[in-house]
Amino acid sequence: MKLVIPSIHYLAILPVLIFFGAALALVLASALARGKVPLVVATSTVIAAAAASIVVNYFQWRCVAKAGASVTIAHAIVLDDFSVVASGVIALSVIMTALVAHDWAIRERVSGVEFHILALASSSGALLMTQANDLIVIFLGLEILSIGLYVLVAFDRHRSKSSEAALKYFLLGGFASAIFIYGAALVYGATGSTNLSTISYFLGSNVLLHPGLLYAGGALLLVGFAFKIAAVPFHLWSPDVYEGAPTPVTGLMASIVKVGAFAALIRVLISALGTQLDTWRPILWILIVLTTLVGASLAVVQRNVKRMLAYSSINHAGFILLGVWAGTIRGTAATLFYVITYAPIVVATFAIVTLIGGVGDDQHSIERYQGLARRQPWLGAALAVLLLSQLGAPLTTGFYAKFAVLASVVDAGGGALALIALISAAIAAFFYLRWAMALYSDDGPEGTRVVVPRSTAVVIAFGVLVTLVFGIWPGPLVTLAQHATVLFTP
Amino acid sequence: MHSSLWLTLLLVVPLAGAIGAALTRKVEGRAYVVAIGASAVELVLSLVVAFLYNDHVARAQTFDFATRHVLAAPFGVAYDVAIDGISLLMVVLTALTVLLALLGARDRRQEPAFVAWMLLLTCFTMGSFLSRDLLEFFIFFELTLIPCYFIISQWGAKERAKAALKFFIYTFTGSAFLLIGILYLAFAHQHQIPGSALTFSYSALSATAMSHGTAVWLFIAFAIAFAVKAPIWPFHTWSPITYAEAPTAGSIEMSALLAKLGTYGLLRFAVGLFPLALVSMRPVVLTLAVIGILYGSMLACTTPDLKRFVAYSSLAQMGFITLGVMSGSTIATVGAVLLMFNHGVITIGFFLIIGFIEKRRGSILIRDFKGLQGPAPIMAALFTVVMLASIGLPGLSGFVSEYLILIGTFATHSWWAVVATFGVVAAALYLLWAYQRVFHGRAEGANAEIADTTTHEQWVLVPVIVLIVALGVFPKPVLDRITPSVQQLIHHVAPNGVNK
Repeated sequence: MKLVIPSIHYLAILPVLIFFGAALALVLASALARGKVPLVVATSTVIAAAAASIVVNYFQWRCVAKAGASVTIAHAIVLDDFSVVASGVIALSVIMTALVAHDWAIRERVSGVEFHILALASSSGALLMTQANDLIVIFLGLEILSIGLYVLVAFDRHRSKSSEAALKYFLLGGFASAIFIYGAALVYGATGSTNLSTISYFLGSNVLLHPGLLYAGGALLLVGFAFKIAAVPFHLWSPDVYEGAPTPVTGLMASIVKVGAFAALIRVLISALGTQLDTWRPILWILIVLTTLVGASLAVVQRNVKRMLAYSSINHAGFILLGVWAGTIRGTAATLFYVITYAPIVVATFAIVTLIGGVGDDQHSIERYQGLARRQPWLGAALAVLLLSQLGAPLTTGFYAKFAVLASVVDAGGGALALIALISAAIAAFFYLRWAMALYSDDGPEGTRVVVPRSTAVVIAFGVLVTLVFGIWPGPLVTLAQHATVLFTP
Repeated sequence: MHSSLWLTLLLVVPLAGAIGAALTRKVEGRAYVVAIGASAVELVLSLVVAFLYNDHVARAQTFDFATRHVLAAPFGVAYDVAIDGISLLMVVLTALTVLLALLGARDRRQEPAFVAWMLLLTCFTMGSFLSRDLLEFFIFFELTLIPCYFIISQWGAKERAKAALKFFIYTFTGSAFLLIGILYLAFAHQHQIPGSALTFSYSALSATAMSHGTAVWLFIAFAIAFAVKAPIWPFHTWSPITYAEAPTAGSIEMSALLAKLGTYGLLRFAVGLFPLALVSMRPVVLTLAVIGILYGSMLACTTPDLKRFVAYSSLAQMGFITLGVMSGSTIATVGAVLLMFNHGVITIGFFLIIGFIEKRRGSILIRDFKGLQGPAPIMAALFTVVMLASIGLPGLSGFVSEYLILIGTFATHSWWAVVATFGVVAAALYLLWAYQRVFHGRAEGANAEIADTTTHEQWVLVPVIVLIVALGVFPKPVLDRITPSVQQLIHHVAPNGVNK
């Protein structure tokens, strides 16, 4: 028997290789170097790797424009505009997080490069998920992504909450992964393949007389995803983990996990199981209603802003799911548009939360924000803009993101679902506004200006600029998201 | 057809003023000067537009100054502005309100931010009245919430946080229905014409074919949003606390101007786009309007403070406007559009005077006052004129519009008109009674010490009084501008009501 090595299109997997390579290089450097590798070197490596990945994304884009979407490595990896754009967003989030984490590490006196190594490795998992065309590869991506994050969540050794959160995330995440892989096995049993294209072809050309196995498998896959994106009722871990994790890590989780998981979810539900649309739609319907309403309602009663943002991100997950529910090209484009715009906003928001958290990273009660805009008008205004964007106010990208998913749902005949989701946005408005109001209140702790280090300031400014510029002029981003789904092939 | 540049200027001037005011925050008082300058320019511009409009508009094509640019094709986002006789008055009212509010109710706490928010609010409100694209309208409509929210929550009275939240959540929820309705309509339109792009253009969407049931549902979705904004009974519960807690300038903006967004939207979009729904929905909304008139009048009698008093009397007045808008009669609709303007002017007058009193006494509770006309006769006289206009005394502006509404509605829906007429009597009751309690009698203590209006305050009220008298005696130029547009609208939605 001869082992056949499948042909490899290196351009397709170059971003993953770059991220992983950079992580390995840092590992080697820290092992071989005399003394410690300076933090600046580690941060620059991460930024260089992510920037290189974005450059590669540009060439991938051109390659797809010329030759069309393609699959490689025995059909397990796909290269299309959808994956290109999603990887670009992930790389961008990594750059932003690295900048924030740099200042955070200096403040918290965290030396060493482990943080950056883990962030790189974990992001490479997210990149892999955006390109996966096989359930096994999705699982691989999911695990690479998660294992890095488990450690990152526990990174703050001085706080017991951090380790507690990590343990919780690890245990529940382990269950979710097991459920996911079990689902993959059942789907394999029903269709004879784990390859998404093959599954799609099989289901399109055969009628399953006993679809129970497929349904069970699909449901388990959905549970696995629902856990990763923290959809209700699989969200219980998320407030604790968001609260316990070091704040830059929370920002990273909120951005790259969402991008990776939603990209993979779209491939599974729409590319592979698109023929079963009528089966998974009602399940998703219930999931969305629960996720949007519960996320928004529970956020209202929180006093800790990190927990509040955790519930807010649950609410956002519900909104992003709307685009998946639509099951159309418009819906896919809307989902992509939502994650493109959400990622920079959420990382920038957590950048501000990191600053306010102070040394020890534990001052996250909303009282800390009283009068922030009075003391530091620019910082306060930036946070206000980011919150309004998350709320979905016009002139910010948040509005168009919500508009896009709602439009796709109404187009697909889900008026009631869209209305429920929007009502949840009205509930969510309550806590975004309460927070914004605290910023402008008169009675705050006096003389507690927070120092805004330069690189964090860059991240915040970038997030605000993105949300305002494309909020006023969404044209380019919309076209990008649309273009990325026109060529979308399994 | 005029250049749309005029309308773009109407949007740019307040925006530039807001930015200018924010930039000059270092120098004490300069932001205020910038804001007054910008709003004066805005008023002049709106008057120029009003006069230009009359000369050139053709009867067949009553949208003037029109332009349309698509900004983001996949979303159907477009910049589409135009005015007709209905929006024209609202444009003038928008410019007038901000100028008078800034002049008459100056708030010196963090003035640059305050005037910047006021000008932004003007820009967004102006945008809503100018939009001829549903999505664009919605965006401006939603945007008005943000300045309002900050104005209430930062410069309001003691319960301001609660009031601001209540206001925001109510209106935001209302507009959720509007957005879904707009999307549904746009996609219904797109699916009807294969291969067409997604558009929210008013003229395109008004040609959408739909079943009676769809029309009713869409009408309800639109009407909920506008009923919350106006407010129409029973969606009014946010308004008394909001008007009472907001700073005077904010109360003026919200009751004189933003409330009109609700009735304007009801007329232009809910009535204009869904004529099929009117047959079954008209009695419902007319009934709500009449209930609002009576309920508002009743509560205005019993309410303890002056700002809530105006809020409830506004509820009654909004009932009259809704009555006219929904009547299906040209005459009543013209009256309703006129009353939108007149009520705006009258409310500015009310809130300005209440603001003057509040500044002197630090209270707006009716029981704190007695016999103010002794020490402050001019204030009492000014209040009297505004009050009489609100009652609907012939010769003042309120009379013309209420008369048109009642006479037109009587022709199409007589019973509702009959019941609504009691509202006119009730208005006399609650207004005169309130006047009695505040101004009559013997002033004692702090009430005897109260200073009369200053020259500045009198000058601010001059435009209000002039408009009240002028539109009461000679409303023809204004009616001439409104009527052709209303006729066209009514012809589109209710061919039988054209001549009534």
